[in-house]
Amino acid sequence: MTASVTSLVNQPYKYGFVTDIESDTIPAGLSEDVIRLISAKKNEPDFMLEFRLKAYRQWLKMDEPTWAEVGYAKIDYQKIVYYSAPKQQKKLNSLDEVDPTLLETFEKLGIPLSEQKRLSNVAVDAIFDSVSVATTFREKLFEAGVIFCSISEAMREYPELIRKYLGSVVPVGDNFFAALNAAVFTDGSFVYIPKGVACPMELSTYFRINNGDSGQFERTLIVAEEGSSVSYLEGCTAPMFDTNQLHAAVVELVALDDADIKYSTVQNWYAGDANGKGGIYNFVTKRGLCQGVNSKISWTQVETGSAITWKYPSCVLVGDNSVGEFYSVALTNNMQQADTGTKMVHVGKNTRSTIISKGISAGKSENSYRGLVKIGPKADGARNYSQCDSMLIGDTAGANTFPYIQVQNNTARVEHEASTSKIGEDQLFFFRQRGISAEDAISMMISGFCKDVFSQLPMEFAVEADRLLALKLEGSVG
Amino acid sequence: MISENSPIILSVNDLTANVDGTQILKGMNLEIKAGEIHAIMGPNGSGKSTFSKILAGHPAYEVTGGEVSFLGQNLLELEPEDRARSGVFLAFQYPLEIPGVSNLDFLRVAYNSRQKHQGLEELDAFDFDELVQQKLDVVKMDAAFLHRSVNEGFSGGEKKRNEILQMALLEPKLGILDETDSGLDIDALKIVADGVNQLSNPDNATLMITHYQRLLNYVVPDYVHVMANGRIIRSGTKDLALELEERGYDWVLDEAAAGVA
Repeated sequence: MTASVTSLVNQPYKYGFVTDIESDTIPAGLSEDVIRLISAKKNEPDFMLEFRLKAYRQWLKMDEPTWAEVGYAKIDYQKIVYYSAPKQQKKLNSLDEVDPTLLETFEKLGIPLSEQKRLSNVAVDAIFDSVSVATTFREKLFEAGVIFCSISEAMREYPELIRKYLGSVVPVGDNFFAALNAAVFTDGSFVYIPKGVACPMELSTYFRINNGDSGQFERTLIVAEEGSSVSYLEGCTAPMFDTNQLHAAVVELVALDDADIKYSTVQNWYAGDANGKGGIYNFVTKRGLCQGVNSKISWTQVETGSAITWKYPSCVLVGDNSVGEFYSVALTNNMQQADTGTKMVHVGKNTRSTIISKGISAGKSENSYRGLVKIGPKADGARNYSQCDSMLIGDTAGANTFPYIQVQNNTARVEHEASTSKIGEDQLFFFRQRGISAEDAISMMISGFCKDVFSQLPMEFAVEADRLLALKLEGSVG
Repeated sequence: MISENSPIILSVNDLTANVDGTQILKGMNLEIKAGEIHAIMGPNGSGKSTFSKILAGHPAYEVTGGEVSFLGQNLLELEPEDRARSGVFLAFQYPLEIPGVSNLDFLRVAYNSRQKHQGLEELDAFDFDELVQQKLDVVKMDAAFLHRSVNEGFSGGEKKRNEILQMALLEPKLGILDETDSGLDIDALKIVADGVNQLSNPDNATLMITHYQRLLNYVVPDYVHVMANGRIIRSGTKDLALELEERGYDWVLDEAAAGVA
């Protein structure tokens, strides 16, 4: 890679600041006592403690997965802080009582929470380290029958819903990181859309890791009842530390008959420096269950941050005629590693799935797509279309595609397409010879490459995503 | 169109250049005035394509000596995009396909970059659309091509026409056509040549790089230069091209060798 390509992809991370705030942090380490302490701090119902302990006991017997195309030093799970929360008064009556330092922090991140400045058509749940600090527009949503709150509150206020659905899509022992999450998760968002309701605004959760030693283990649960629909977006950032922080989240989606859930992610965790020092380990389990007939779950993700990403948002298509979609842009630069993709499991008849994956690799990064399309024996008439495109920027990055296809029904139709393209010296020279600067050339080529995915994002965020990618690549081509 | 008093557009003096440590240009000299059409011919490997890329500023080539002046300014000091914005245009031998970037967007951004650089008004999408519709006639291109990705799935002839369309929009002072005739059937060649002729005027100049005489039947040059081994070894008028067509390159090379020896 020539100097000009290199100088183009490297843009300083602008969310790397640390908020100085007094916090309630427990000592590092994991044991049944720690789990009991977390559960007590959160004032949870007893069934939650049982849920956690069951998960922990299973986790102890599990091994960390090694099949992903990523490499990192062994994680010492006893060195992680499993609970860290900003100190604040016990009970808040309104957002105005939230610590101003926290409001400022989110404001700096472009997420205004205060009544006057908030985005007019987006409700936000803001999560800082282990806890939710604020949720906007709750009353307005409640009028429509929509529940949008932190999962801690949901456990206390809607225990029957939590008991019914938590762990129903991703069981406590599903995999190593999901089990760890089930044992120690501290907060996250809960969304419940009642029968026949189209959620009147975009819902959004913003995750911020602040503490250098803490892990973030959040859990999100979205339940869409019959005939309802919701669009949900999550965003994430973290300060720059020389050490690695673990982020092991679980997201579960349940769509009943005719329900429609759209889940979008713009992930911009700190990725580490150019030499691969520091950054977030993003080991996440996301799965949606299309339980009802004609239900639909659509995942859109823009993954630009994290030192390591291990993430496969999936759909289990149980209801007949249900639809699963996965639209992904994963960008890696410098020493970042990403192993990401999806699983589409077709169980019901005439189920359909679409996978559009765009991987962009720059610097010395490694970017792998890993996807499973499974058609079960009863999935008559199931269809899948997969398209996996890779773009290499410069000549020192790596891209891999690992498609797995398992078909047990001969009426199914499965299509897979793949392509590789390149932004190299000659492409840039072509643009520059027409008077277009290298920066503009890259941004045009990247936007063009990603447009099938960006067009799936909610309007407000599509522009943001475009700009984020351009910033991330600044200095990478030359 | 040639006049002794025409301003000099390009002046190349004793230019030498390397790629990967190997010397490719070994003392190029060339002067092109406004209103002139020049052709550089020569056997494969003579350095003629390299010369065109060096004028445009391709970063793979290292200029090791000599001077290039373009409209009185030192061309070698300029970044490739600034050379383009100042009026140097290179029609590529193998135009690249750029998936995902629409031809129309590409043309508009290129056009506006030049407008901005020259302190002229940038056009919005509507006004630009009007302008580009007129220019399509120069190369008899269908408007449908504007909405496809740049060169993606275009035939060889369509790619070359697209290059001339870009030239028509950017109205360069110096248009360099690198083997524009290669891979064209006779109909496409006529369309491309006709486009080049329409764009030629007393204020600009054209430099054609070609291996064959064929293109020169349609775009008639004022001067023909033969390049071999990194320098121009003979210059003449269009008759020289005809003679080369008839007798091949060997006799010029032999005479040049004899002259040097």
